[in-house]
Parts: sequence; C-alpha cells; structure tokens
Amino acid sequence: MSRIAQRFAALKAEGRAGLVTFITAGDPDAATGQALLEGLPGAGADLIELGMPFSDPMADGPVIQASSIRALANGASLVRTLEMVRLFRVRDQETPIILMGYYNPIYAHGVPAFCAEAASAGVDGLIIVDLPPEEAEELTVPAHAQGIDFIFLTAPTTDDARLPTVLAGASGFVYYVSIAGITGTASASREAIAAAVERLHRHTSLPIAVGFGLKSAAQVAMVGGLADAAVVGSAIVQTVADGLDAGGRAKPGLVDDVLTFVGSLAAGLRGSTEQD
Amino acid sequence: MQNRNTLRAGPDERGHFGIYGGRFVAETLMPLILSVEQAYALAKTDPTFAAELRYYLTNYVGRPSPLYFAERLTAAFGGAKIYLKREDLNHTGAHKINNCMGQVLLARRMGKKRIIAETGAGQHGVATATVCAQFGLKCVIYMGATDIERQAPNVYRMKLLGAEVKPVVSGAATLKDAMNDAMRDWVAHVDDTYYMIGTVAGPHPYPAMVRDFQAVIGEETRTQIIEAEGRLPDSLVACVGGGSNAMGLFHPFLDDRDVRIFGVEAAGYGIETGKHAASLTGGKPGVLHGNRTYLLQTADGQITEAHSISAGLDYPGIGPEHAWLRDIGRVDYVSITDAQALEAFQLTTRLEGIIPALESSHAIAYAKTVARDFGPNHVMVVSLSGRGDKDVGTVAKALGDKAFGEGDLS
Repeated sequence: MSRIAQRFAALKAEGRAGLVTFITAGDPDAATGQALLEGLPGAGADLIELGMPFSDPMADGPVIQASSIRALANGASLVRTLEMVRLFRVRDQETPIILMGYYNPIYAHGVPAFCAEAASAGVDGLIIVDLPPEEAEELTVPAHAQGIDFIFLTAPTTDDARLPTVLAGASGFVYYVSIAGITGTASASREAIAAAVERLHRHTSLPIAVGFGLKSAAQVAMVGGLADAAVVGSAIVQTVADGLDAGGRAKPGLVDDVLTFVGSLAAGLRGSTEQD
Repeated sequence: MQNRNTLRAGPDERGHFGIYGGRFVAETLMPLILSVEQAYALAKTDPTFAAELRYYLTNYVGRPSPLYFAERLTAAFGGAKIYLKREDLNHTGAHKINNCMGQVLLARRMGKKRIIAETGAGQHGVATATVCAQFGLKCVIYMGATDIERQAPNVYRMKLLGAEVKPVVSGAATLKDAMNDAMRDWVAHVDDTYYMIGTVAGPHPYPAMVRDFQAVIGEETRTQIIEAEGRLPDSLVACVGGGSNAMGLFHPFLDDRDVRIFGVEAAGYGIETGKHAASLTGGKPGVLHGNRTYLLQTADGQITEAHSISAGLDYPGIGPEHAWLRDIGRVDYVSITDAQALEAFQLTTRLEGIIPALESSHAIAYAKTVARDFGPNHVMVVSLSGRGDKDVGTVAKALGDKAFGEGDLS
C-alpha cells in the first residue's frame, strides 16, 4: 500500500480528517525551507504538499507567487526540490509528500528521468496544475509506472458530465478546488463544500481533500467535518512571508512561528471531529 | 494531421499541431475552454456569422487593406519586387482588429458581458477596447506596469475608449505577466467573462481561431497579387512575436510549396547576447500559457524575459503552429536585431512616406537582407502589420537627432 493510502487508512481508523499543508520548496531559502519541511509532521501535518517553484504560477494568488519568486531568487530548482525530499526521508518514512506545481520544469528536466528520480527521492504523488486529463497521459503513465500517484484537481466548474473524464486517471486522492478562482483568495461556504463533496463521493471511492481559500483553524475544522482532508497553503506561506526581515531574510523564530500556526490548524481539525 | 495532403488541416481535435499546442490549463478553466471551442465550431460553419463578420470588416475595419508596390524600397534594396500588405491602414492601425472583431462577435453570441485581454505594447488592448466600445461591453485590460510606463499614449487611448487598464506588477511586469493575470481573472469570473487572446497562442481553440480570423490577410493578398502580377508571389515575409499577423498571411499559402515563407523573430541586441525575443531561434519546447511551444527558458524550465525594442515582439513564447511549421521545415524562421529594425524603420519612412511599426520593421529589414540575392524577377510580399506612430517616442529615444541625418538611403 502506498504511503498516501496508508495515511488515509490510518486517519479513517482514527475517525478524523487529515491536514494537508502546503509550503513552497526552498522558501525563503534552502536551509529554512528544509527546517520547515522537517518540522511539519511534528506540528500536525498529516500529508505535505511541497510546491515546486515556477516563474509563472498562473493558478496562484499573490502570496504563493511571491514565495516562488523568493525561492527561485535563492537558488531553488527542481533538482533541489527532489534533494529536499530525499533528506526528509532520512528521518520520516511515513508522511506522504506530494509535489505540486506546473508542468514546464518537469518537461524541461525530462519526464522519465524526473519520475524515476522523484520515486527514488521518496515522492508519493504529483499535482500538476496545468495538466488537465486531456494532456496528462504523458506524465501519468510514467509516474504510475514508478508507483507515484497522480492527483487530479476538480473544480466547481467540473460538472457531472466531465467528472468521469477527470477521475478516470486519478489515484491517491481527489483534490477539490473549492472556489472558482486562484489560491488564497475567496472562501467557499459550508453548504457549497458539503454539496460538492457529496457529489464527488458519488463518482469516486478515493479520499477527497478540499483546498483553496482555507485560512483559519475554524475553516479547517469545518472542512474536516465534511471531507477526508483539508488543505491549507496561502495562509501558511503568508506566515513564512511575515517572518522575513526588510531584506527578505528569515528572522529568528520564523520556523517556530510557522509550525505553531500549523499546530493551531491541526488542533482545530482534531477538535472538530471529536464533536462530530 | 488528419489530411496528409495539406498543411492547412491542423490542429487535430485536441488542438495539437504535431506535438505543439494543446490545452494546458487548470481544471477550473477547462470547461470554459471547451465552451469557447464549441461556440466557435458552431459559428465557423454559420453563414450569418460569416456575413456579420464580413460586414464589420468592410464597413468598420476598412478591409480589404491595399497591397502596395513599394517602388522606392524595391529600388533601394536592389532586387526583389517588394509589395507591402498594408495592415497599418486598418482602423486602430494594425492587424489586431481583425481578430478582435471576430472574437467580439463570438463573445456576443455566447452572451458574455465582460471582456478581458492582455496587452504588451497596447495594440491588442486598444483593438479590444475599441470593439468593446463599439458593442457596449465592459472591458478590462491587463498590462504590465513596465509596459504601462513605456506605452503611455496607448494606455490613455484604452481609457478614452472606456476600458479599465489594470497594472500587473508580478514578475517582470510585462506581457507574459499580463497574460498570467488575465488567466487568473478568467478563473475567478467564469460565468460572465470572455478572454480575448490577442495572438495565435494560448490553449486550443485560440491558436486556430485567431489564425482563422487573421487569415483574411493572406486570402486578400492571394487575390491582390494575382491581380497585380498575374501569379503567386515567390516569397512572404512577416514578423513573429506571438505570430498572428504572420500566421494570417502564411496560412492560405502553406500548400503552395513554391512560395517561400519567412518568419522574422526579434533578435534584440543579438541572439548571442541572450537579450532577444527569438523563441524559435534561441528557445526550446516547453509548456506555458496553455500550450506547448518553443519558449525562452532556463535549464530548470523557468521562463526568462524576452527583449526587443519592439514591445509587440517582446514575448518569450510563440504560437504553436509556428513551432510545428518550423519543425517540419515549411517556414524559415530568421531573426533581425533592434539596430536592423531601426534602420528599416527609417528607410521605409523616408523612402515611402510610411511610418511602419517597429514590429513590421523587422520584416522589412529581413527583406532588405535577401532582396538583392533573390533578384528582380522575384516577387515578395512583406506584411506591414501596423503603423509606427506609437513607436515614435521609442525611436526618438534610440536615435535622437541621428534620425534626421542624410544617412545612406541607397
């Protein structure tokens, strides 16, 4: 069983939803980024989405755009992202890591080489924002061959007629983008999320994670009561940005502050399921 | 391609020209892209749509544009007969309006009330704002903050036309960043908004649709050159940024294998300096803005900034059909530096009384480099894609009083 499947099985046994945390690899710099990554499981992250920095992140809002620019300015690259995962795996064999980003850096690196290197580094899944099912096969086939899950995004605009197309090649879990918009902007209502999750459950037996626009422990707790996992990205990345000095360097305490925030999100989530 | 006897059948049903093109967009946008595709497929075969478009092209845009024999440029270049396809004489001063007119009629059919677009130099922004004013639609133009500074007159024109110009400060604050922000806007306004892409790039169906709307350039040229010369031209030359004027001129001639075709990229300070906008000459295949095509990028796949004195060519990518035509060898893609384009700008102004856009000046400059070798029996059509009034400030900055010297005009 894959690390992702194991983790969702364990969460189910615990009777609670999981917390998926997003950070951008190498943000704000390589050492701080590594410390953040390694601290996330202890702070309460059940799964980790590690953003692969890209110069043109078209589906992302200003917060995550800025994190990509910071990371790239400090030497981040696809190869270094994989190296981060390799280092992480020295101490953590259980927490699933999903790389999230855009296709071009992977395409430039070479798809077969990337899939092999990602698998050997300990990557469990991929979310590639600009690869809809119509174009994804060239990456899903070699990724699956290496045992890497390919997680598709579904959106409020993905209607019942289209859902089977999107879900046909999905594995690991399904990511529901809860708003028609970019990351870190508006938030969806409880009713809208509940209806969407119910609709998705009719089409798939895979776990469902809900993200885009979740900022607070209360929102995470709300989603935790509806879906299998809640994803928080921009709000975490914003706490990274808040921990920088005027020159863009990490201030002492940045890592602790970010992990404390993640801890509060995790606590909210655990609280919600106890009430259910 | 489905039909192997023609180069004009592409793209396939998924929007691919060979390995290029496609629909590399976030899932949130896929249903919108599919609805644009569907609406365009219906419009394309609807005679009332064609008639409506023809009406506005004739009575509003001012088509057909003339094909003008440039006698003094021909004499100065000392060889091939140079014809200029005068897209500069269209309403708003460039070929961009051909596409905007087609797309605005489509957006109306789709019941969209709000139009968004990206612009670099401001030409596509002005053309978009123009058709929105004409049809009473809300118009939002994304433009890089750097470009807003460089192209102040066009910004004011767009505002006069009632458009809201949104400055884009992300990245290098130029055209590619404006396109990123336009796509972000579209994702967030899926219900009422139509995205009017200005060139033959982006996700399918845009590259094919914009080409179809611009193909009027090549169709007219075919008729006009046969009238003037009694035969097809020996060669076609057009500048290529995203590549819409070029694709519009080239497409109707792709199957005429005796017609040589040249696409001219912007070499900026020179390809070897790395400061250029020549995606085909200096880039490699990648995925950006919804399509696979040649891109200027680092080894790590990060997109790099383009440079050209001409803001309209200042884009790190190129339309996917051009990428395919390059790979199969049907079109020769060449490049011209800022300095060569400036020289052609002055020559055309002084010898023909036509101030060409700096974009189009690249095509004229290339004609100059080959005209003598091709000889006097060679008939060449050069796309004069736009007028250069917008570039006067840029040229003044680059040349100052040198522009008024006697120079060598022979």
